[in-house]
Formats: sequence, structure tokens, C-alpha cells
Amino acid sequence: MRNKEKETILLGHGSGGRLTHELIRDVFLEKLANPVLGFLGDSGILPETEGRIAITTDSFVVSPLFFAGGDIGTLAVNGTVNDLAVSGAIPKYLSLGAIIEEGFPVADLKRIVSSIARSAEESGVIVVAGDTKVVERGKGDGLFLSMSGTGIMRNGYPPQRPPGPGDSVIVSGPVGDHGAVILASRAHLETADSFGSDCAAVTSLVQALFDEGIVPRFMRDPTRGGLAGVLCDLAQDTSAGVEVMEQHVPVKPEVETICNITGVDPLYLACEGRVVAVVDSSQSDRAVDVWKRSGAGDGAACIGKLTDNERGRVIIRTRYGGARHLMRLTSEILPRIC
Amino acid sequence: MSDVIERYRDPCLFESLVRRIGRHSPRRPLTLMHVCGTHENAVARFGIRNLLPDWLRIIAGPGCPVCVCPPADINAAVQLALDHDAVIATFGDMVNVPADDVSLADARADGGDVRVVYSAADAVTIARKEKDRQVVFFAVGFETTACTSAAVALAQPPENLSMLVSHRLIPPALDALERIDGLCIDGFLLPGHVLAVTGTGSYVEFCKANSTAAVVAGFEAVDIMLGVGSLVDMIIRGESDVQNAYPRAVRSDGNRRALQAVNQAFDTVDSAWRGLGVIPASGLALQKDLSHMDASGRFDIRTDKVIADDPPGCECSSVMTGLKEPESCALFGTACRPDSPKGPCMVSSEGTCRNRYFFERA
Amino acid sequence: MCFAVPLRLLEVDGSAGVCMMSGIRIEVRLDLLEDARPGDYVLVHAGFAIQLLDEDEAEDTISMISEMLEKSERESSSQ
Repeated sequence: MRNKEKETILLGHGSGGRLTHELIRDVFLEKLANPVLGFLGDSGILPETEGRIAITTDSFVVSPLFFAGGDIGTLAVNGTVNDLAVSGAIPKYLSLGAIIEEGFPVADLKRIVSSIARSAEESGVIVVAGDTKVVERGKGDGLFLSMSGTGIMRNGYPPQRPPGPGDSVIVSGPVGDHGAVILASRAHLETADSFGSDCAAVTSLVQALFDEGIVPRFMRDPTRGGLAGVLCDLAQDTSAGVEVMEQHVPVKPEVETICNITGVDPLYLACEGRVVAVVDSSQSDRAVDVWKRSGAGDGAACIGKLTDNERGRVIIRTRYGGARHLMRLTSEILPRIC
Repeated sequence: MSDVIERYRDPCLFESLVRRIGRHSPRRPLTLMHVCGTHENAVARFGIRNLLPDWLRIIAGPGCPVCVCPPADINAAVQLALDHDAVIATFGDMVNVPADDVSLADARADGGDVRVVYSAADAVTIARKEKDRQVVFFAVGFETTACTSAAVALAQPPENLSMLVSHRLIPPALDALERIDGLCIDGFLLPGHVLAVTGTGSYVEFCKANSTAAVVAGFEAVDIMLGVGSLVDMIIRGESDVQNAYPRAVRSDGNRRALQAVNQAFDTVDSAWRGLGVIPASGLALQKDLSHMDASGRFDIRTDKVIADDPPGCECSSVMTGLKEPESCALFGTACRPDSPKGPCMVSSEGTCRNRYFFERA
Repeated sequence: MCFAVPLRLLEVDGSAGVCMMSGIRIEVRLDLLEDARPGDYVLVHAGFAIQLLDEDEAEDTISMISEMLEKSERESSSQ
């Protein structure tokens, strides 16, 4: 292989010929090898499985590709695994599509694939199918990833009784870390090494609840759209009112500061390693405690409840005795000077 | 210092200040006006209107620079992006404001290079990095922001940087409000950060000339309640003066260096305000020595198209001059919502209608 | 248009400054402030420090508020 081919992705790497073959072998299979993927057929053939299958798909276009606390690879795996986990499935298999821009450094690609491998191993999942394409320089923003995942539904989930008035809303930790990291990089704010994205698999958080005999009535991971998006989904899906005490929503001081400077509301910033759940109010304290003890739920809290009032809407009770109506984001997240 | 700043966020102090206001019993209802979008955002967010006694009303004046920016200025920015291949460096606030139904976000979707910046200094950085592109900074805002544009203009920015200047001044707007028939304001809550730059001088003259009271207020919950309470006290005592309730940031002579920069970089000119028409000596334009940086001179921007201030049925002009409350606009909450705004008052994070929709419908 | 945040100045290098809050380093332009020194609290708007914050005034205002509230409570309970 010429040096150029070793160091930089060329259009030839997407042509299906020698370079493609070497790319798959030396970059992807090197890190992701398993019997299913290694077969290199047109499909991954999986062993027979019992149970209901859950399937999810997501695309990852994050910029910058490398950020404090992770990269597009960790984001892709954890994001996909988390969608399955909060749907009540045990994640098993992933497929990976990579759209790489001509000129992308191979070293960066290897780093990202290593992240994918590591995150997959941590979550007990394997990549069983994959595809790569290369697009002309200027048409790709470096790298886009597309990931699908399948898992097997847990027995008894979703529960028969859906969420309703009286139930508690709990969150597994401080919100907005990931979104704040991305926002900080765009606003040229330098964060301390100790602060980074919350990008992580939430499988242990979900497992901890089920191990304790707590079956949530609702679970989501608050990614794009943030906690606000999930709360609005909850209000819409259940036609109940959702009431949240602003002071109980955990937010890290770093996220507060980034939001104070840019004028963005932390409730709209994405999380990549948190769970929002609805549980019976009698189980709320125990669920929060279980999360805290799990090692992945520092800062877990009960933030509110479902109500009979303001059905279909989310109301935030402020510390000053006021209340505000929380809507979904109406556009992209924009900083303000006004 | 951070501990004492936290005291201005203390809910107990806030509640006590609310109770104190409630102990007054004036002979007639009072109407206070603030002229700052950030105050409107805070008043709505803290739910202050619901906590005031029945006899006290706070209305929002034309204090949102996004809302008063005429559609022609936004249209100019859109033209620069689409027809002149310029990089438009804009604050986030302006991105979604429609002018004749076309916003900078729309221009970006149509291929215009519109980039959100956090500071005028960011526009300089872009211009330095992309020497072969023309970069236009969309300079919107009142005095608080104008001084930052001035600092950039005076620091010998790169030649490929120009400014589309849309800065406006608050005191002339107050004069214009006083001339509006049917508007009865008992006192003004003044924008603390504008006065941090300008000082209190021109407002003292305004109050004496119009026999009205004004209080300079900050933006934390306790600041606002202190400002409102102090203003009520002054009105009841019949005082016409300016009181400074934000002395940690506002001095009577303001920020001398910032004012010098504004005077050096800009001339005061007559300026069109969305909803108020042309107000004499209410806007800024680059001084002759810096006119080469003026985007309206550097580029051929079409100004023949007359764009109405408000789309049909929209009452933003009346809302931002305090003549109408958002709820009395037929479009409010129905055809005009934050996810489908018709006018700037619903788009801007400081817009009266937007804040009323989110915060006070709860 | 008044969106500004109080931040503590950490470093000053001519007209370039760095503020620090919650471990976040924020670059701030000091062109508009003559006497800013490390340790000062400044009001930052659109990337520029636009005014020095006066800690004494901040504390005095809180004291004044407390006195005013006490007086108001006293007058109200004696009625």
C-alpha cells in the first residue's frame, strides 16, 4: 500500500476493490472481528433467538468528531444500545454504516473504530454487519455513522398499566452534559479535564431497576431535544399533565455556567448516558436509591410527577413561586446576546 | 462575590419584596413599563406578573432589538448571503426572524453562508481565517452591544470584514413612546446593562422633562423586584427622577471607555424601528473614517422592495409599544405560536409574545 | 439585549482576558475596560467585559434591602 493510502481515505477506498477490502480488513475487522462479521457475507447470519425482537436505528453526525468524554464512535454505540435498553430490550447486535469523506485521516478512523469496539464490548454487544462508503471531499463533514441495533425484549415490558396521574418522574443524573460539551466547543469555552460528555451505556441503570423488582412505566434516554423533549413526549403520549420542580432537576455547575454564558436552557441540551423514567410514586425513593448505588446514577433524583391538571402539557414550577409552560425546541439550539 | 450574587437569587428575599409591594394601597392602578427584552424574559420566567397586586401592571416596551429591527435590515442580510456570497456572521437571536417570510435560516437552507457568532470578535476571527471571502457582521443590539461593535471597528479589523449596522439607542425610543396617544405609563424600569455602559445622565433629563419616575434595575429575581418596588415607592411619592437600584454594575457616568469607543466609531442617525417608524437620532452608522467598513456601501443592496413591518393580522407593532397585550392579538396562540411564528415578538427569546406564551400560560 | 453574565477575571494580557467559572475558561475582550485586574468580577456581554462589578455596592444593596424589609414588616405588624 502506498503511504497516501495508508494515511488518508481516498475515493478508491469506496470503490469496492482492493482498497475497500484492505480498509475493511485493516481498520474495521482488526477491531470488531467476531464470527458473524468475520464471515464477510452480504448479511450477518445470527443464531436462532427466542423472544420478541426490538430494533432501532440512528445516524450520527456530531461535530466535532472528538469531544471531551467521547467521540462519534462511543456516541454511536451507546446511543443505539441506550435506545434498546430504555425500550425494555437487552441489546445484542449492531450494524454499522460509515460514510467517510475523501481526505479523512486513517488514524482518526482507527481511533473511532477502537472506540466502537470498546463501547460494544462494555455493553456486551457485537457488530454483525457493516458498510462503508466514501464521498468526495466537501460532501461529508469528515465522517457520518449510521447504526442499527437489535435486542430481545424483557418479559413483562412494557407493563400493562401505562403511566398516569400520581406516578413519579425520575432522572438518573445531571442533565445536559453532552449538549453542553458540544455547545462549549462551538462557543470556544475551554472546559476542565474533569468535565465531559455523559456518553455511556445505560444498560446497568435499567438492569438495576429490574433487579430490584421495579418495573418502570415509561423510560427514555433524553438525547436530541434534551429532558424537555422527553417530558413533552411523556405529556403527549399519556395525555396526563407533567409537573416538574425546577430546583429538583440536577444540573452540573459547569453546564449552568455554559448555559448562563450562551443563554441556552439546559433542559434542551442532549444527554447521552441518562435515563428518564416514570415509576409508581411508592417506588420512587427506592428507584433513585438503586440508581445511586449502581455506580452509574450519581445525582439521580425525583424531579416531578404526572398530574390530572394541564393534561398534555409540561409545567415547570420555578423556585420563585411562578410556573412556566415547557415546550419542545422550536428550532436549532441558538445562543443569544439578547 | 459569588456568594453575594447568589443572594440576588434568593427566593425568600424575593417573596419578602413582593409582600412589601402588596402593602401599598395607591389611589389608582399603576402601569410600569420596562424597555428591555431581557427584563421581559426574566419577568415572564419568574412569573412576576402573577404575583403582583391587582393594581399593578408591568408592560413591555420596545426593548427587544431583534423585535425592533426593521425587515429591510434583515432582508439586506439575506441578500448579502444569497446574492453576494458573503459570510454573514450573526448573533443567534436574528437567525429565525422572518422578513417578508424569509429569515437568515431560510437563506442558509438556500445555500447562503450564515454563521452564528457569540461576539463581534468572532466575525474578525472568521475574516482572518478566510481571507478570500467577504465577511459581514450583522451588528444588531442597543448600546450594550454597540460598544462591542465599536471596539472591533476601531481595532483595525481585516479588510474583508464589513458591518451591516443595525444598532439603536434607547432614550430616543422613550421620547417616542411619550408621544404615543393612549399610552399612560406611570414609571419606567430601565435596562441595567444598557445603563452600565451609558450611565444615567440622559435618563435623568428624560424623567425631568416628562415628570416621570424611573429605576435602573438588574436582572436577577431580587434585582427586578427591588426595581419594581422602588419604582412604586417613587410614583407614590410623586418623584420624577432616576433611582439606581443596580449600583454594583451601574455608575452615573457609565463606562467612559465604552462610550468613547461608540462616539469614535459611530455617528448618531435617524433610524427606522419596526413598530415605531423613523425616530430621529435613534440609530448608529459608521463614522466617515470607517465608512469603508459599512456593508451597505460596500455591496449593492437592493432597497426598492417595501416590506411591511407586520404580516397581515400581526400586532407586533402594537405589542412592542405597549399599546396591546399579546393576548389581544387574534393570532396569538393560534396561527402565531413559537413553532410557527408570524412576527418577531414570537420568534425572539426576548419577544413579549414568546415569553407570554411559554411562561404565563402555565 | 441586556444578556450579560458576571464572571471572575483570572488572567489579563493587554486587551485579552480569561475569566473562570466552574472550571470553564472563557476568553473575554477587555478593550472596553481600562483597569480590569485578575480577581475582579466583570460583566460580560457578547464576549466583551462591559463593566467592573463593585462588590461593596453588591453587599450594600443586600443590606439596604434587608433593612427596608425589616422596616416594612415592623410598620405592617404595628398597624
